[in-house]
Amino acid sequence: MKPVTHVSGRAYPWGAKNIDTDVIIPAHWLKTVTREGLGKGAFETVRAESGNIFDDPRYAGAPVLIAGDNFGCGSSREHAAWALADMGISAVIAPSFSDIFSGNAFKNGIVTVVLPQDAIDRLIEVAKTDAVSIDLETMTVTTPFQDRFPFALDPFRRQCLMEGLDEIGLTLARDTAISGYEAGLAESRPWMAGERFHASA
Amino acid sequence: MANSQTLYEKIWNAHIVEKRDDGTCLLYIDRHLVHEVTSPQAFAGLRANGRTVRRPDLTLAVPDHNLPTTPRVDAQGHRLPITDPESAQQLDMLTRNTAEFGIDYIDATAPAQGIVHVIGPEQGFTLPGTTLVCGDSHTSAHGAIGALAFGIGTSEVEHVLATQTLLLSPSKTMEIRIEGTLGAGVTAKDVILHVIGKIGAAGGTGYVIEYTGSTIRDLSVEGRLTIANMSIEGGARAGLIAPDETTFAYLKDRPMAPKGAAWDAAVAYWRTLPSDPGAVYDRTVLIDATEIAPSLTWGTSPEDVVPITGTVPDPMSFADPSKQVAARKSLDYMGLTPGTPMAQVPVQHVFIGSCTNSRIEDLRAAAAIADGHHVAAGVRALVVPGSGLVKRQAEAEGLDRIFVEAGFEWREPGCSMCLAMNPDKVPPGERCASTSNRNFVGRQGPGARTHLVSPAMAAAAAINGRLSDVREFDTGVIS
Ligand code: SF4
Repeated sequence: MKPVTHVSGRAYPWGAKNIDTDVIIPAHWLKTVTREGLGKGAFETVRAESGNIFDDPRYAGAPVLIAGDNFGCGSSREHAAWALADMGISAVIAPSFSDIFSGNAFKNGIVTVVLPQDAIDRLIEVAKTDAVSIDLETMTVTTPFQDRFPFALDPFRRQCLMEGLDEIGLTLARDTAISGYEAGLAESRPWMAGERFHASA
Repeated sequence: MANSQTLYEKIWNAHIVEKRDDGTCLLYIDRHLVHEVTSPQAFAGLRANGRTVRRPDLTLAVPDHNLPTTPRVDAQGHRLPITDPESAQQLDMLTRNTAEFGIDYIDATAPAQGIVHVIGPEQGFTLPGTTLVCGDSHTSAHGAIGALAFGIGTSEVEHVLATQTLLLSPSKTMEIRIEGTLGAGVTAKDVILHVIGKIGAAGGTGYVIEYTGSTIRDLSVEGRLTIANMSIEGGARAGLIAPDETTFAYLKDRPMAPKGAAWDAAVAYWRTLPSDPGAVYDRTVLIDATEIAPSLTWGTSPEDVVPITGTVPDPMSFADPSKQVAARKSLDYMGLTPGTPMAQVPVQHVFIGSCTNSRIEDLRAAAAIADGHHVAAGVRALVVPGSGLVKRQAEAEGLDRIFVEAGFEWREPGCSMCLAMNPDKVPPGERCASTSNRNFVGRQGPGARTHLVSPAMAAAAAINGRLSDVREFDTGVIS
């Protein structure tokens, strides 16, 4: 993964609440077998409306999306994160995210920044005319107008993002611990070992 | 009590491989379900990095989302081709990936095929006290068995395939305690719709919900699965119900459940799992079961719930200005006018199925309403069993004949009209009473209008050609 230390540029000043993954990428786009190319389908139903924010030339190619509460609710489809990445979004700022979405975003190098609603309101105002800037080093969102909003980020996620670490590689390095756990399991709860499925069932 | 633990804490603690200083844990995963839509990129990732599947014996794969629900073999038993090339490719990749990595695979034509969340419990693959994941958000359903079960994204699918673990932070715990006896015509589906209406679609974000109380204990495993399934619609990644005698009776002799002495040892362990007296939850919500009416959704968020006796709400009736805006947009999309009685809204489609409501008990409830009636003119009504086993059980009980004689279509198992990924779709602007779990914009097809209801209410809507109070049928009054 590419390391991410900061994201700056224009932001879609959206603010919509409860944006579900069916809105981010409708189900018919889920038949792909690769991670690429989903930007075309991102926000398809929103884009069908004239004057929508995603086709507004002021925000073309903006790397940041500002949304409302509960962004990314709904399904576990990682296609939502792939679609955002493919349309060039590297960070989403919202008052809250669905747990599954923020995990998926993180695994694709997209920063999810949680800020209180009043900060969101202010950023939406700024984003209509100016750029915003997210810095992982200082964990702040800033604007050209001296606004400064600190945010929290899970330390492990922050490190992975900033160093571009491969989480599977990191876990595979813990093999001794995993094998040790499995050995204990065979003793304490032997029935947990998998019964193979028999096609005759 | 200082040492009192919740069910969630017990399962979590029993699965910690390593704990980091920041509280994040490397958690062992006991069971992994795989389907065609969220796995191709995960297998591609393994292959690209020369990695293998650590525990194929703890992994089970089945196709469900893309499969058409029309017959899969011809009269000679030959497999019929899948016409949509993209679906065919995903299904083909699942077959090849599971063969290459040595994973148990239930083929599209196997008698046990079904929706991933129906077959897990049904096969005894899902067990109490286990951690279970699947690349699908409704994995929360398996929590009804007392498993800590949640949906994961494709990168996590790849992580679990490669390492049989996940790196997770503990969740907060929410107890939803429901006490009392359910009224006539009120089912598990109405209970969970009522709960989501109460806590909101984001109410459970960051929490794992445990459903407790006499109402939950009195439910069958099927009903509990309906409730835990929709935890995700309330924002919670997982929902739990403590395993009890009802759970054990359900699991006994299931193909993949432990047998003999292993069964006895397992049951003894499972009995230690329920939350201890005095265990502390971060939040508790109390619900009086007697207040729950047969319920349904009016809008495009699962929190948009009203009793069937209610009316389409006025957006201005919501205190939150952003909810007023959302409600106005919802009503516009749904083609509804404030003040209209819900039971006067006509439907053109009825869908009885999905991992929320496609088990035998659901089909029995719908058949009981359909029996002796006929689907209204102009309504297309689908019944899609959750698995091949459910289908055959229903056929053995004669439910298929009741449905077919009443004018319902009787289909092959799969996700069907729950999401617009296979040929079963609701056309733009048309309205569907659906037993599925999501009423999002476009969920059942572009422009489709969805009302979430129980199986009995869906059958009632099919017969009346409009959203209907199932209690009309109890009194024999049909308009
Ligand atoms: S039935 Fe619907 S909710 Fe359930 S797994 Fe299939 S698509 Fe998902």
